[in-house]
Amino acid sequence: MTGAAALRGGGASRRFIVFCLVFGAISIAAPFLFPAIVKQLSIFWVMVIVAYTWDTMGGQLGYNSFGNIVFFGAGLYLSAIVQIAPFTDMRAYTAAGEQGEALALTMGQYLGGLAPGLVAAALIGFALAIVFGFVILGLRGHYFAIGTLALGIFIAQIFANWEYVGAGSGLTMPDLPGRGRASDQTKSLVFYFLCFALAAVTILFLRWLYSTRFGLAINAIRDDEDKAEAMGIATTVYKVAAWSVSGFFLGICGALYGNIVRFVDPEETAFDGPGLGVWMVLMAVLGGKGSLWGPLIGAVLFHATKELLWTYLLGFQNIALGLLVIIIVVFFPEGIMGWIRSRWPQLVGERVDATAEVAR
Amino acid sequence: MTALLSVDRVSKSFGGVTANRDVSVNVGEGEIVGLIGPNGSGKTTLFNTIVGFHPVDSGSISFAGREITKLRVPRIARRGLLRTFQQTRIYPKMTCMENMAVSTPHRGARLTTMLRRHPPEVADKSEALLEFVGLYSKRFLRGGDLSFGQQKLLEFAMALMNEPRMLLLDEPTAGINPTLINGLIDRLKRANADLGITLFVIEHNMRVIMNLATRIYCLAHGQLLAEGPPEEIQNDQRVIDAYLGAE
Repeated sequence: MTGAAALRGGGASRRFIVFCLVFGAISIAAPFLFPAIVKQLSIFWVMVIVAYTWDTMGGQLGYNSFGNIVFFGAGLYLSAIVQIAPFTDMRAYTAAGEQGEALALTMGQYLGGLAPGLVAAALIGFALAIVFGFVILGLRGHYFAIGTLALGIFIAQIFANWEYVGAGSGLTMPDLPGRGRASDQTKSLVFYFLCFALAAVTILFLRWLYSTRFGLAINAIRDDEDKAEAMGIATTVYKVAAWSVSGFFLGICGALYGNIVRFVDPEETAFDGPGLGVWMVLMAVLGGKGSLWGPLIGAVLFHATKELLWTYLLGFQNIALGLLVIIIVVFFPEGIMGWIRSRWPQLVGERVDATAEVAR
Repeated sequence: MTALLSVDRVSKSFGGVTANRDVSVNVGEGEIVGLIGPNGSGKTTLFNTIVGFHPVDSGSISFAGREITKLRVPRIARRGLLRTFQQTRIYPKMTCMENMAVSTPHRGARLTTMLRRHPPEVADKSEALLEFVGLYSKRFLRGGDLSFGQQKLLEFAMALMNEPRMLLLDEPTAGINPTLINGLIDRLKRANADLGITLFVIEHNMRVIMNLATRIYCLAHGQLLAEGPPEEIQNDQRVIDAYLGAE
């Protein structure tokens, strides 16, 4: 979907609706068809969300952020506090760690903690992005990338030393009440559909956002920020707004992820900069930065490859993953979407006028 | 004539280099004024200072009767004082139509108004202006795929889309082929006459500036050297000396 199409009315094209229906149906059927890998499928949607929210900054606004993991981790931890603290002594619970007693919650308590936990996670991601945005979005290019990298490390260290949330020894999230295999299956289905719903909302929201004047303005900032300023665009407001959108969805996403993996290590789960923090960049670049479907394609490709490598090439998985990245960067420097765009421009909504061809 | 833009004794230096010293310039509403001078004489610095790209050391600038000396670039642009760049700046990954649409005036634009789509009039106006500069057939091409000269025309069309009261043009004809230059001069004149846009133009091409401007300022070594109608400037011994290097 290009802006030119949007400029001429646009709206939901039939192809888009058909795609949504087919893809949605597959997504709803998937956990029932492959009950053994529901958790991996849930994490796939987490990957989709982090890739999309990264692309808002890196692809659409042109600010390569290595600090988006901060909003993910902050959302995860705040949700944990909201889900645990009202029902037990948080300090004693985290101090006991894995030796302590599991938190036995009723269904009402669990859901009564999860719902406000997700809301709080969204708000903290949103608020942190605004605060950090006004501070470091004044940096451009490499300086911004390095600034955000430092931010991620800095925030991770704070949580790794904060006793209240378990510091370096991590903390265990409460579990959905119920025992037994059937109950476990229900639990993973609940979080699968929560993740799927969040991913769907994220994609549809961003699709709408990119079709507005705001979308064009952030693209202009990406292409030439000095020019955008010279044309009267209030760049700071839009940059901060774009990051706060990322932060909002990343916060909820982190909270869901925490509940899926259940054991939270500050540096390996919540603020996994070298892992998830880099993967989100990789997925967006693989699929094609700055395109609506690039992050989805990148996430499918990356997550499937990663899970297969972890299963069949354990021990060599990082080497194989590195090879994949090199192949993509060499043969598809603009990502899969960029490659499709250059081969079949019409397919992605590029309009090539016959007259323009002749005039050229 | 009341001045639309008035620059009063503005100085600007970078480290030890004095780029502008006590420069005073007045441009009246509806005028086309030229700014000439040898390379390094401080023309672009003066433009940068006027649009708020960097702070002045001393002096003051006012536009449409209001002080703008301390305002930053986007706010000055929103008041209708716009500049184009010597190196030509467009948005390379966006189509010409998108380049045009994003250039609609941002006066009074708030986050809430930005969360709407462009009304159909924007596309109509974009097409009309692209037609005006001769780029209609290229409207769905990306800005970065145009030739340099075409990018210059696109940048000019984008500036018109912004509905400025006054336009500062930094070498609008540099790099444009000679047959296109006449067309561009004609379009600049029409923008001035039909749309009422005041023009202040830096130009090295003497034939162009003598044709276009009704009044010309000449800078040399950061200072104002001469001011007057084209014929007078053309025959001014100080201007000739500055260009030919006589001291």
